[in-house]
Amino acid sequence: MSRARLPEPGQVVTGAEAVVWSLIAEGVEVVFGYPGGAIMPTYDALFRIGEPRHVLVRHEQGAAHMAEGYARASGKVGVCMATSGPGATNLVTGLASAYMDSVPVVAITGQVPTALIGRDAFQESDVCGITMPITKHNYLVRDVRDIPRVIHEAFYLARSGRPGPVLVDLPKDVANASLRWPSYPPPLDLPGYRPTLDGHPRQIEQAARLIEEASRPVLYVGGGVIASGAQAQVRELAERAHLPVVMTLMGLGALPGRHPLSLGMLGMHGAAYANYAVSHADLLIAVGARFDDRVTGDVKRFAPKARKIHIDVDPAEIGKNVPVDVPIVGDARRVLQELVRLVAPGRRDAWWEQIRAWQESFPLVYERRAPYIAPQDVVVQLDALTAGEAVVVTDVGQHQMWVAQFYRFQAPRLNITSGGLGAMGFGLPAAIGARLAVTDRPVVAVLGDGGLLMTVQELATAADLGLPLPIVVLNNYALGMVKQWQGLFYQGRFSHSLLPPSTDLVAVARGFGVPGRRVERPEELTAALAEALAASGPYLLEVLVDPDAQVMPMVPPGSAIDEMIGVKGRLG
Amino acid sequence: MRRILAVLVRNRPGVMARVSSLFSRRGFNLSSVAVGPTDDPDLARMTLVVDEDEAGVEQVVKQLHKLIDVLKVSDITSDAPIARELALVRVNADSGRRLEVVQLAEVFGGRVVDVDEESVTLELVGMPDDVEAALRILRGFGLKELVRSGTLAMARPGRLAAARSAEMEGVRI
Repeated sequence: MSRARLPEPGQVVTGAEAVVWSLIAEGVEVVFGYPGGAIMPTYDALFRIGEPRHVLVRHEQGAAHMAEGYARASGKVGVCMATSGPGATNLVTGLASAYMDSVPVVAITGQVPTALIGRDAFQESDVCGITMPITKHNYLVRDVRDIPRVIHEAFYLARSGRPGPVLVDLPKDVANASLRWPSYPPPLDLPGYRPTLDGHPRQIEQAARLIEEASRPVLYVGGGVIASGAQAQVRELAERAHLPVVMTLMGLGALPGRHPLSLGMLGMHGAAYANYAVSHADLLIAVGARFDDRVTGDVKRFAPKARKIHIDVDPAEIGKNVPVDVPIVGDARRVLQELVRLVAPGRRDAWWEQIRAWQESFPLVYERRAPYIAPQDVVVQLDALTAGEAVVVTDVGQHQMWVAQFYRFQAPRLNITSGGLGAMGFGLPAAIGARLAVTDRPVVAVLGDGGLLMTVQELATAADLGLPLPIVVLNNYALGMVKQWQGLFYQGRFSHSLLPPSTDLVAVARGFGVPGRRVERPEELTAALAEALAASGPYLLEVLVDPDAQVMPMVPPGSAIDEMIGVKGRLG
Repeated sequence: MRRILAVLVRNRPGVMARVSSLFSRRGFNLSSVAVGPTDDPDLARMTLVVDEDEAGVEQVVKQLHKLIDVLKVSDITSDAPIARELALVRVNADSGRRLEVVQLAEVFGGRVVDVDEESVTLELVGMPDDVEAALRILRGFGLKELVRSGTLAMARPGRLAAARSAEMEGVRI
């Protein structure tokens, strides 16, 4: 792709131009944003320079989620832009979501002129203060000459070590001031930031010995494996040492879902056999995972018989939630590369016999209730139609868990979901961001009716772009997960969790310029899914599903993960 | 368990906010903070006293390290650190009790910095526990105003620390 030529070093440019040239120099292909007063100089520079591509969203929350969707799907840094005050505060949910899931995002926000900062000026908010706990780092640029270095540092911080969002707040007068363009990239000035990437050799050696000695080991992998691109090493280690692999929500796809060593997802809505394996393990090898409460259940009774190896690039994750026997700080790919070399090949047939027996006795199954479409069937059929090779972007709730349970992701970066923050409204904009990042596979949004309506205005953005994007809405006229918990734990008092069926989603989509249809009968489903997948632009398929379908099995809050309810077992 | 952390940070706007935001967000117990520039104007040195168990302190140190503007975090508790606190205290003392307060201050190594009809203002400098002990006694007179610096601390030079810690007064913190 041809790029506008950067200014010569020494050439005088405005701060706003320096921002845009820095983005170009960082290789940014697309910016998701929404203009406004304080960011207008930068928008003017974007207009004059003509690059990078800018996608106009309809609400800044959409911009942040699109940037994270783009980053999650591509592994590149996603960029969003907004004005000061309300523009910036609207980015907050997306930044928090990116922070929780360690997604590289750079947000650029306009700020009121420096002379007005602190005076409660029009559209002023302390966005650096607001985003301090939900960004890896943030900057308020006070000197125009700092812009190229700050942008370069922002990208470097966002993508290196444990990735995360970085915000750059740019006062309007700084954007309008001038500087001499430096030779790019300018030197980094980050003396306090040196991520440890190589694991300690003695610790890796010790981990190898523990693996060889273990008779019931389990490999527990999370989003860190995907962030570091360690899927080949995970597979190699698992195959070499005959390890069952359980994945967190963020780790799905680290090992192909159809791989015989995959036990799928563990935790609150994991498969019973995955949780049983962890509960009976004598060694747990955690890689790029953080022992989140949705994974561990009662953390004191999580993997109680297992010694624990914990590999993570962030030292603060190690020992945060559970005590660890062998801590290894380092990049997952580099550490696993070393570990694989040191572990002797081995077989664990007795352990696998036990696991296969659990799989046989307690399979992951669901109910079909006439005359309804079982929501899980939608996911199973989508999995079959796309062979587990599509990028599937979900929102948050029941449908998200059904996708995690029944879509067998064959590769990393196919499962795009707001895991840690669980931000409803993520799905549609994140799917648009992913769609722009991925050109060689289908990208499918699977949403609930609740989450769609939180950011439904981005249907307009999808229509603008015109790219193929099937949007499958599992409509149960409810906030399904809330309703499920109210049924289980609040004696069926459905407090404000039912959404009246008065909203015609297909008509809403049409209003935004997105065609679609609704299906209600099981026999219509396959053809409708195929039609949605074949559409040449965005297409909304509303599927009315069994309103009482539940996500099962389930670890009730406070229980150990082998104390699941809703396990369909042949032995009981 | 009280631990003393010496934290070297970049002397930039917002760095205090980042550190205090971290403590409140993660629910760490912070007993005192003292901060000031170092000989290098680009760097500032903070002394944090935290009240956490071993795992808690480890988390505090690791989380502090994650802040981009934090250059170095050292737990100097076991290095027999030199720890001092400054307190300015205005004690109730009319002409009848003035002498008594001044004599007590001398016992604690305090210095009289101001006197008026109703009070004596003292400067107390010492190990935090000694300052605390002096204040306990002075409270008997009634305190009109009290301001404390929080603990300042530095480790003793490495190799000598162990030997010295045996002979020096124990740091009771």
